[in-house]
Amino acid sequence: MEFRLHPVALIRAILRPIDPPLFLLLTVLLAAALMIMQSASPARMEAQLVNTGVALALMWVTARIPAPRLLSLAMPLYVVGVVLLVGVALFGEISKGAQRWLDLGVARIQPSELMKIAMPLMLAWFFQQREGAIGFVEFVLAGVLLAVPVALIVTQPDLGTSLLVAAAGLYVIFFAGLSWKLIVPLVLVAVLGLGSIVAFGDTLCQPEVDWHVLREYQKHRVCTLLDPTSDPLGKGFHIIQSTIAIGSGGLFGKGWMLGTQTHLSFIPERHTDFIFAVMAEEFGLVGALALLVVLFLLLLRGLMIAAAAPTLGTRLLAGAITMIFFTYAFVNMGMVSGILPVVGVPLPFISYGGTALVTLCIGVGILMSIQRERALSQP
Amino acid sequence: MTEFRSPDQEISRLRLRLVVAGLFMLVCLGLLAARFFYLQVVRFDYYHTRAEDNRIALVPVPPNRGAIVDRNGKVLARNFAAYTLDITPSQVEDLDDTIDRLAEIVDISDYDRRRFKKFREESKFFESVPIRTKLTDEEVARFIARRYLFPGVDVQARLFREYPQGDLFGHVVGYMGRINNRDVDHIEARGETANYRGTEHIGKRGLEESYEAELHGKTGSEQVEVDAGGRKVRLLSRRTAVPGNSLILTVDAGLQAVAHQAFGDRRGALVAIEPSTGGVLALVSSPSFDPNLFVDGISVADWRGLNESPDRPLLNRAIYSAYPPGSTFKPFMGLAGLSTGKRTAQQAIADAGFYMFGGHRFMDDKIGGHGMVDLHKSIVESCNTYYYMLANDLGIDGIADFMRPFGFGQLTGIDLPGESEGVLPSPDWKRKRFKKPGQQKWYGGETISVGIGQGYNAYTPLQLATALSALVNDGVMFKPHVVKYVVDPQTGARREVEPEPIRRIPLKPAHLAAVRAAMVDVNRTGTGARAFAGAEYTVGGKTGTAQVYSLKGTKYKEGNVAERLRDHSWFIAFAPADKPKIAMAVLVENGGFGSRSAAPIARQVIDYYLLGKRPAGQASEDEDAPADE
Repeated sequence: MEFRLHPVALIRAILRPIDPPLFLLLTVLLAAALMIMQSASPARMEAQLVNTGVALALMWVTARIPAPRLLSLAMPLYVVGVVLLVGVALFGEISKGAQRWLDLGVARIQPSELMKIAMPLMLAWFFQQREGAIGFVEFVLAGVLLAVPVALIVTQPDLGTSLLVAAAGLYVIFFAGLSWKLIVPLVLVAVLGLGSIVAFGDTLCQPEVDWHVLREYQKHRVCTLLDPTSDPLGKGFHIIQSTIAIGSGGLFGKGWMLGTQTHLSFIPERHTDFIFAVMAEEFGLVGALALLVVLFLLLLRGLMIAAAAPTLGTRLLAGAITMIFFTYAFVNMGMVSGILPVVGVPLPFISYGGTALVTLCIGVGILMSIQRERALSQP
Repeated sequence: MTEFRSPDQEISRLRLRLVVAGLFMLVCLGLLAARFFYLQVVRFDYYHTRAEDNRIALVPVPPNRGAIVDRNGKVLARNFAAYTLDITPSQVEDLDDTIDRLAEIVDISDYDRRRFKKFREESKFFESVPIRTKLTDEEVARFIARRYLFPGVDVQARLFREYPQGDLFGHVVGYMGRINNRDVDHIEARGETANYRGTEHIGKRGLEESYEAELHGKTGSEQVEVDAGGRKVRLLSRRTAVPGNSLILTVDAGLQAVAHQAFGDRRGALVAIEPSTGGVLALVSSPSFDPNLFVDGISVADWRGLNESPDRPLLNRAIYSAYPPGSTFKPFMGLAGLSTGKRTAQQAIADAGFYMFGGHRFMDDKIGGHGMVDLHKSIVESCNTYYYMLANDLGIDGIADFMRPFGFGQLTGIDLPGESEGVLPSPDWKRKRFKKPGQQKWYGGETISVGIGQGYNAYTPLQLATALSALVNDGVMFKPHVVKYVVDPQTGARREVEPEPIRRIPLKPAHLAAVRAAMVDVNRTGTGARAFAGAEYTVGGKTGTAQVYSLKGTKYKEGNVAERLRDHSWFIAFAPADKPKIAMAVLVENGGFGSRSAAPIARQVIDYYLLGKRPAGQASEDEDAPADE
């Protein structure tokens, strides 16, 4: 009896690790992604289907792993990640002016991508170890754990990923209870810094001004954001064309497969970073708001899982992962609609790209695993 | 930072922070929603227009330029389609590299590169500029296969101008060239800027220039959808171009060929006119040039060859160069004597071989003189003394007043650009012409020289032919014109260029008859007799010799003078004498006596025009060739 699998039991077994609300929302997003991909780049449909399948499978596998086991993977993953980042710095391949890829013989991987999961996992595990005794020292240690990989990624140079990894770590630290007295000044400094860049953009963007901290192309991205018309055929072209695509979509959009900006190749990188512009052009404000709602519901579910999680580590992890999803979505849509600089961040669950999709779905898997942990711990 | 807290406290604090995070997300996503609302609703119209502007390009469709044919339909100028390789510099990142890579696919010479550079400097930055013209089919295929490697480069079909008659009509038809900044100003002044959008060439000389407005046509347009690379995706709507009007000329290509070849490699000009209409039958300036050289940008070497040649092939001697008319002026002077009553036809003077005026001896060219000379004999034998006296009797104002209605010293108004006025000398003219008071005074002796067509007199061959046409057309003077019909190629409707009588000069038929009879005898027994021996028609004429170099005290002997300093040879003629169908002026630069070099050319032209005879040795290759179009 025990060894014979009834079909219903089989399905139940398969569905057991799945959190229905999260899975439903994810399915909506992935279906939308396929639909938009058909318009943006039909040639990539097949690959996108494969990516989706692999990502869902990995999500399921991750969801089946009990949350404590996941947390125990934190240290090894983190160490491997940092070692690989050092490897990239020493032996990495250079592509498009940046050293991001490491050829392991079997596959070319981007270790910085791994860090997006390993970082919150590591910090969550770290705080869990110190539970009940979290003080100043712990926060300093967490800051060091955060700073090392971020610094390695910044030097690649990859501003976008380093910001995301840094954010992932900071979210854990925030949820771990870093004092508001420290948070408020930090946020103020950040806001003032960004504000001054905006205010003095004209002077700062003169070609002879050296920004020291940022590479030339990063300075260019920021400056282009401040004044897209300054470089209408270069980098600014991306922002101008994507805002035209979004704006011309209007209330209801031009219709699926009918976006002129999309189909006449005015939108750059329209299957990856700028895929939101395709969607907003073809489905209008209605489509864009629908996407925001679905994303927000997914984030809400993530926060709920975090709030109900059984241990400190899982709470921190769930909260941080949810915030990472949010950050991806906000930075990407902000960039495409012209309110944030062009940083290479994909639209979560929608943009083409296997690595990012797999990372994100593993993140969902972790959330599901944590949710199941709670169910198990509350008889 | 308390060290010990209860787990419950911990959890509630975390939950608070999760709520803060949720609110933060809500605010941020709300910000995005507001941004989308702003872009998609508030500024929708703006972005909609921008997207449409992106997508839709209004591409001008330049019209087919009108053809130019001679009076018998022989094609003098037409269009042919050829492929050019165009670069839009604004869409190309590294021009030199792109051109280098293109050179691996199609032939690109140094000349092509230089021309591209020059054209680029003259064009606006977003315009496409040809790097290669007239691609072969194979080159087109090779490029198309690799087109994706060359953003901003494309093959275009363009119409080029072609002049099948080569240098035969260089000075009549003129040529086209790329529109330069000065042309742009002219187009703007004409209010035609919109109509020239998409047009790259414009008439620069000859009929191509003067009939530009007729030949050009109306530019059409195509609304096309373009992709980000600027390439056409599909056609949305089209307004067809209206082709330019064709021109049918009064000129006879056969006659033109005979006249052109009669000059050989001598410099000179010929203008033949139909006196009853003013229609130009032939207009030759020798040497000529091949207008095809200019069609897609003349090479430096060709330009130097034309511009620096001592023979000045680009100079239109027929309408621009003014020469003293020499003795061809005498029939007009004779007519002036009769019309003013200073002479009668019968009145004779005694010619001792010279005329004394103001202590200066004005020589006749016949030693010992012509004896008793009346009007008839004065023209037939070209007696100078008769005209020295007559000039003195008429006075310089009398001469100028009589000659002015014949168009001497004025623009004829021919429908070709670049005509010059020449000089009809008078005391008035001299006052205006010279600055120093000493030079402004008119001397009586100068009148005497003017009487035989020397001195300050200077007329273009066109003026002389026009004046002769008036003389043989009973004083009715028509404006000379080259174009007979302007034809709408779509409807076939012809608009005739009406013969335009400029004026009727009041002349007595008897006076005209006397002068014309004398001119007929010039070719029977006088200075033109040898050239017109055995002519099967009656023909009037007059030889002339224009001094190039004044020899002080020594007798003029051709052999002693450098070729370029020899006298110019003139001949004017009309035929048939009783009802002239053709009147002409022929000038051979440095040709010596008119009877020797200019008159035989006139003979060949008239033989062909009236009898269809071709000069011996001149093949009628164009007659045998199948008619064009």
